Amino acid sequence: MRRETLFNFTLAGGLLGLAIVAWFVDEPFVITLLTKVFIFAIAGTGLNLALGNGGLVSLGHAAFFGIGGYAMAILASHAQSFEPMVIGPLTFDGTKSMPVIWLVAILASAFAALLIGLLSLRTSGVYFIMITLAFAQMIYYFAISWPAYGGEDGISIYVRNNFPGLNTLDPIQFFGLIALLLVIVLWLSSTLVRSRFGVALDATRQNAQRVTSVGLSPFTIRLIAFVISGAITGLAGALYADLNRFVSPSMLSWQVSGEIMVFVILGGVARLFGPLAGAALFIGMEHYLGGISEFWQFWLGLLLLIVVLWGRGGLLGVVAGERRHG
Amino acid sequence: MTALLEISRLNSWYGSSQALFNVDLTVDNGEVVALMGRNGMGKSTLIKSICQLLGRWEGEMRFEGIDLSGMPSHEAARLGLGLVPEGRRCFPNLTVYENCIASACPGPWQFKTVCDLFPRLHERHNQSANTLSGGEQQMLALARALCTNPKLLLLDEATEGLAPNIRLEIWQALGKLKETGLSILLVDKSLSEISTIADRAVILKRGEVAWTGDLSGLSREQQSQMLGL
Repeated sequence: MRRETLFNFTLAGGLLGLAIVAWFVDEPFVITLLTKVFIFAIAGTGLNLALGNGGLVSLGHAAFFGIGGYAMAILASHAQSFEPMVIGPLTFDGTKSMPVIWLVAILASAFAALLIGLLSLRTSGVYFIMITLAFAQMIYYFAISWPAYGGEDGISIYVRNNFPGLNTLDPIQFFGLIALLLVIVLWLSSTLVRSRFGVALDATRQNAQRVTSVGLSPFTIRLIAFVISGAITGLAGALYADLNRFVSPSMLSWQVSGEIMVFVILGGVARLFGPLAGAALFIGMEHYLGGISEFWQFWLGLLLLIVVLWGRGGLLGVVAGERRHG
Repeated sequence: MTALLEISRLNSWYGSSQALFNVDLTVDNGEVVALMGRNGMGKSTLIKSICQLLGRWEGEMRFEGIDLSGMPSHEAARLGLGLVPEGRRCFPNLTVYENCIASACPGPWQFKTVCDLFPRLHERHNQSANTLSGGEQQMLALARALCTNPKLLLLDEATEGLAPNIRLEIWQALGKLKETGLSILLVDKSLSEISTIADRAVILKRGEVAWTGDLSGLSREQQSQMLGL
């Protein structure tokens, strides 16, 4: 078994084991913390597809994360207030059903990614970073000035949404559901990366002009990857909003884009379990170092500096060696 | 034979400097045409123009009767133009297998069939392209182009800088490709090897067609003048 595979199993098994231990000793806070890790790992897996496999340095993924969050909050708030949502001649009652909310979150964030991608993917490098950031900021300011859905104060959902057959208010059951979703997202990502599309995306990252000469359109390949990436991040946003039972414009802020990127870089760019490792490390540091010093971000910054300068494969690179990319 | 590629009065530019002047060229179905000339005479420019990799050209270019003007390079490649570029230019961090399947199209040439042509690629199918020798990378570049199942294979200096035994292997492979009826437009400097497979040659001089015909009709004086031999 490769060292990376062994590390992946150890990491996932360790986190799952920790959740089970926390359940046995009745530590719901630890379970909630691990749920947060898994949700951010889903968001990171989405970004990893664009950043790691496609070479698209997006500072706009908070937009998809926030759109997913708002999709959940809007649908759930209408359901909890029994006030139908009116869009032109159509009325919707809203819903508290998680599968429906996830579907809407995925479709809404994928559509946003399609629109943003259609414009931003015509550029590259620093211009791409700036355009994606600009779009995210536009959506952020739109959410702030949207009084119907809480404006700057955001929206609170009183009771977590439903999933058939589960009590989602029970931390361990909600954690189990998120863990299952993470497994599905990781499987999807792995399948995609190993498919012909994934290989073409990697080729596009390496040399776009060379790709055109063999009959592939780099724009189309990148756009598809960007849309899938946005959709996965949107799903994570809906889950995060459900975890907190609250959504606000801060989910759309550029700091969130930066944080998701930090998970990916810390864990290992273009590595399947990189976002999970990065999210666990980041949230672990935030929790434990944050309890010791309010300047815990100094240590995070230092770690990030070390990773960028000497350990470009991230945590997985240090532990497992051999990098996927040269 | 019917014309697969028809070029007439082609003028091409690199920025503001013109590199090709009123070039006429045709390649028929099943024909092997050699594009020759000294360094800097416009051979690679012509190949890039055909593949729509140069920004600006004027004139007429048709592939299977389809006008190529304004067509993006990936669409031109999808019509059936398989380029083996100068300097191999494989995707360095993809494996041999991945390089071949990334742009593969349905047709007789699949990874298995190109491995029959170049058994070394099968041995190294799981190896990254950047760990291959120069000759193996050249075979991979040719295999990658074949996996797109092209109607016209364009080779730009496919044997340049390779060891004699690898050159021989590639020329033998090109001979086999000719037997399958594949049309080939190739740029090379090796007159003796080109003569074994080319039906016709076109010699460029300062961006213009200076000579065209069967290579057996090329005198020693012309070889010296136009090819520097």
